[in-house]
Amino acid sequence: MKRLFPILAVLTAIFLAYALHLALSKATPTDALQGDVYRIIYYHVPSAWSAFLLFLINFVASVVYLIRRSPKADIVAVVSAEVGVVFCTIVLVTGPIWARPVWGIWWAPGDIRLTSTLVLWLIYVSYLVLRRFSSSAQTQMLAAALAVFGALDVPLVYFSIWFFRTQHPQPVIGGGGSMDPPMLHTLLISWLAFLCFAFLICWSRFRLELLKREVEQAHAMESLVGAGESAKASLPLSRSSR
Amino acid sequence: MKSLWAVTLATLVKDIRLEWRSKDALNSMLFFSLLVVVIFMFSFDPLAEESRHIVGGLVWVAFLFAAVVALNQTWARELRNQVLDAYRVSPAPANALFLAKALGNFIFVIVLEALMTPLFVIFYNLHVLGPAWQLIPIGLLGTWALVVNGTFFAAMSLRTRNREIMLPLLLFPISIPAVLGMVAGTTAILTGENSAHFYIVLLLTYDVVFTTACLGLFGTILHAE
Repeated sequence: MKRLFPILAVLTAIFLAYALHLALSKATPTDALQGDVYRIIYYHVPSAWSAFLLFLINFVASVVYLIRRSPKADIVAVVSAEVGVVFCTIVLVTGPIWARPVWGIWWAPGDIRLTSTLVLWLIYVSYLVLRRFSSSAQTQMLAAALAVFGALDVPLVYFSIWFFRTQHPQPVIGGGGSMDPPMLHTLLISWLAFLCFAFLICWSRFRLELLKREVEQAHAMESLVGAGESAKASLPLSRSSR
Repeated sequence: MKSLWAVTLATLVKDIRLEWRSKDALNSMLFFSLLVVVIFMFSFDPLAEESRHIVGGLVWVAFLFAAVVALNQTWARELRNQVLDAYRVSPAPANALFLAKALGNFIFVIVLEALMTPLFVIFYNLHVLGPAWQLIPIGLLGTWALVVNGTFFAAMSLRTRNREIMLPLLLFPISIPAVLGMVAGTTAILTGENSAHFYIVLLLTYDVVFTTACLGLFGTILHAE
């Protein structure tokens, strides 16, 4: 397993470089309306899909934890939430960069995808804040419950904004239409590269978290044993036997 | 063992009696939302016709923040003298405790809203252009939406460091669809421009979904060790 990691890391780096090359090369056609600006799509959309997938994994792992109480499921939940928030942040940063030249504004407040992604990001940041601030013994349970609440909230957020938007004026945002096959091809390649990358980070973070918990457990055991010995030493009988 | 409703009622009556004697939560909520109203009066011209468009947001922001003040106190009360631990080892159903706390908070916040709404009407010279009766379901459903999740998250943040700060951090992101429903629904009724039916349905859905979730998970949270 340990040897596999560097190999996978190198392969992912090559894959990512290939995806970047495809995204920027002339082989992938330039958008007729937006020009070369549109190429940020190969960065923006794969990040979004990866983030959503990771949040889905977080939800499933949290439910598994609530049912089975397995510590591994909890580690999967925390890892997927952390990496998901990073990808979601990338989406929220690249989105306005793309929107400014194309729509003429940084942020479209009524837009359904923008706003629901932002709310999703807020929910998972609050999840990470909860994990950071709660005492270690009950963190897993509280976090799993919050993850379930967050997942229940997502469809409600989506539909509320969807309706809100139909009542409010908003910038015209080109929706619909199909993608040119070479563009779609590049997009999917980019997504695969991003997924490999996400998997790699999750894997190393998973190992790190596992090690961290083992160390914590070892420390706890050690202090327990130490406390037991000192307690024994303070007893008059054991002192005389020494 | 007493039934769920008997325990709920007993706890609720106890909480209301405590609040009636101390008036801790209600006084702090009232003063707090009064301050919010006054601060908003400096920021917006209350006489302008546009105030009708923003006052829905102002009202609910004031109530949201005030509700957090009350929610933070609900469980802190039970920590003194290890009441919560006693409850945990008793055979009483966990959901009875949750329902009692949520209903108690609901009553406190509704009382606050009943007292504060006339003030908003006076300060902002409001007269409703849409069907005014629809403000009642929006108020009731919206308040329950805030309070049911707020009570749950307050119980959750009991176990965290600096719990007073944790509650809004957990509650606000999850409450966004409900807040949107309340604010947009209230604005729709005040201006009379749109129908508020969808928002009432949205709030109802939100309430059903999260009340179920809270009742399903509260036992786990209470007994989490």
